[in-house]
Amino acid sequence: MDSALIPKGVKRCPIGQFAVFIAVVGAVLLWGVVAMFLCYIKGLNQTNMNNAYGFALWIWADLAVIALGGGAFFTGLLRYIIGKDELKNIINYAVLIGFVCYSSALLILAIDVGQPLRAWFIFWHANVHSMLTEVAFCLTCYFGVLTIEYIPLILENRQLDKVPFCHHLSHNMHGIMAVFAATGAFLSFFHQGSLGGVTGVLFGRPFGYRTGIGIWPWTFFLYTWSAAACGPCFTIFITRITEAATRKKLVKDNVIDLLAKIAGWMLLTYIVAKIIDTWYWAAVTAPSMGLTLMDFYSNNPGSAYGLWILIAEVGICGVLPAIMLVSGSVRRSPALLFIAVTLAVIGACLNRWVMVLQTQAVPVLSFESWFTYFPSWQEIATTILPVAYGVILIALSYRYLPIFPQEQELNPIEGGK
Amino acid sequence: MDQPNNKRFGMVIDLDKCTGCGACMVACMAENNVPFREDDTDKLLSIAWMRVYRLKNGKSFPQAEECFLPRPCQHCEGHHGHSPCVSVCPATATDYDMQTGIVSQVPTRCFGCRYCMAACPYHVRQFNWWDPVWPDGMERSLNPDVSVRMRGIVEKCSFCYHRYQRALDKAYAEGRRDLKEHEYQTACTQACPAGAITFGDLNNPAHAVHKLAQPDMAHEGQSRNPKAFRLLERLGTNTKIYYLSSKEWVRKAGDTAVQKA
Ligand code: SF4
Ligand code: SF4
Repeated sequence: MDSALIPKGVKRCPIGQFAVFIAVVGAVLLWGVVAMFLCYIKGLNQTNMNNAYGFALWIWADLAVIALGGGAFFTGLLRYIIGKDELKNIINYAVLIGFVCYSSALLILAIDVGQPLRAWFIFWHANVHSMLTEVAFCLTCYFGVLTIEYIPLILENRQLDKVPFCHHLSHNMHGIMAVFAATGAFLSFFHQGSLGGVTGVLFGRPFGYRTGIGIWPWTFFLYTWSAAACGPCFTIFITRITEAATRKKLVKDNVIDLLAKIAGWMLLTYIVAKIIDTWYWAAVTAPSMGLTLMDFYSNNPGSAYGLWILIAEVGICGVLPAIMLVSGSVRRSPALLFIAVTLAVIGACLNRWVMVLQTQAVPVLSFESWFTYFPSWQEIATTILPVAYGVILIALSYRYLPIFPQEQELNPIEGGK
Repeated sequence: MDQPNNKRFGMVIDLDKCTGCGACMVACMAENNVPFREDDTDKLLSIAWMRVYRLKNGKSFPQAEECFLPRPCQHCEGHHGHSPCVSVCPATATDYDMQTGIVSQVPTRCFGCRYCMAACPYHVRQFNWWDPVWPDGMERSLNPDVSVRMRGIVEKCSFCYHRYQRALDKAYAEGRRDLKEHEYQTACTQACPAGAITFGDLNNPAHAVHKLAQPDMAHEGQSRNPKAFRLLERLGTNTKIYYLSSKEWVRKAGDTAVQKA
């Protein structure tokens, strides 16, 4: 029925099957939309946030998806600026995943603010000293860049491509993509960093606070670095899941291997820097604020924030995947590679989790105790909402757009089409 | 910016005198149109610009002791007005006033991102999770000098700034440019039956707060009074609320590095 829209030379599942899939994911999406409207109509009392937990699941989700969406800028940088030409076979997908991540972040932010109708104040009454202002500006600009990078892909749809204007526009946009890739990398450096600065500058919160250079706390650099390391891991992770879902090989091994190798070295250097940062914070910064490392990791309800979380983040989901990814033999094993990128992705999410949630859980006043929080179903549903949206957008894009340049070659159709 | 005749309004709260009666909290609620709900038992969801904490020394009878600690906004100066909450607000909805040392909050500007709440270690900043609902007829007794707030924004203690403006208006009308100490006092100060709260200009040696707090301006306002302490002083928040206590365990409770017995 929709065969006229499907890219030439590739095979897609029957429209009925596709429709069922979209309907199922759409139901989840609808659940999230209901929760979103509840939040808009009734207000943020629909959440389990409170005066001790002003930042919670949503801010974590924002930070996490932006870190994982970092695959777009970093792959773009490698492909267009550094000249890793093989990556042209995965850059489309990296851009699409980035687009999904960033639009999700903007959506969650729009639910998260208490007065969404005033959200534009952040631009109009901008306080240039605030990390969030920097985040808002760079994030919005970068989302614009991602949209520009995504448009030529849409224009390559079989039917759209027949329109001469679309064809030429897409062609010309491809020609200047390096400019956008460079802009994207520049903007990403700042907003990824500013997200790191969000907790890094909080000198009233010893768990999150970090010293640094000038106005930038160390977390500024660590976040950018970890996004550059874990973003590509997420691109590989989603590519592998897509391949499993479509039961097809979509990207050649050498492309994945190159990206994984670079991500591995980024992760390894990041984790070394992260360990040094943690050590300096535990040995110098926190004691200067009157606290010891164990004050942050003990005596909390259910050991939700025990030392295990630090070991999980830095060791199991940091050092381990880094070592795995730099090893060629691990990268050659699809299963091990998948484990490594999954761990790296979890590591980035855990890092954002502790920086947002644990920072607020830790009691600072000696006569207060640990604060606990568990999200409400409305928070969970609105956090799953962008995931469902992402799945749908990816499914539609995969079906109708030539996202994977190597698909045709890797999956020849008998008799051609 | 930092003119020599700038004021630094602040408070000294004598914990030896505070009985924990909560009159300051009630006065503050009434003065500032602070919203409340029918069931306000969850203190993490309710709003109180002034909150009285109950501190215990952790010992058992007969050594057990407790102390009440009223906690308004600490009006942190940080380094040169770089208070924890002000610098982070993306929409400039809160400000450190160099002329008075008061940290303001602009309810109509705040869009509820709650970054300031994450920044304030004192849990002073509280969020309007609901729209205010006043019991029948209570609208008529609201303070006309203080705007009521809507849901979705953050609010906090303003040192009854409207009282300062009112006092200034009156003084100007009388051809004066300066206020006498008693002309600008916060609601909590006046309501405290034990006289535990003293309010005034920390920069003015004639004011009682200055004499009690004895701030050492060469060391970010650290007190020279051995009985005085500030909450979380070592974080560099440089607060303008000084607490007095004759008990060492109480003074230590204000520090992060408390004896963890
Ligand atoms: S006590 Fe909290 S709200 Fe008040 S000035 Fe300090 S950081 Fe800001
Ligand atoms: S919640 Fe309001 S006052 Fe606080 S940082 Fe956000 S906009 Fe500023």
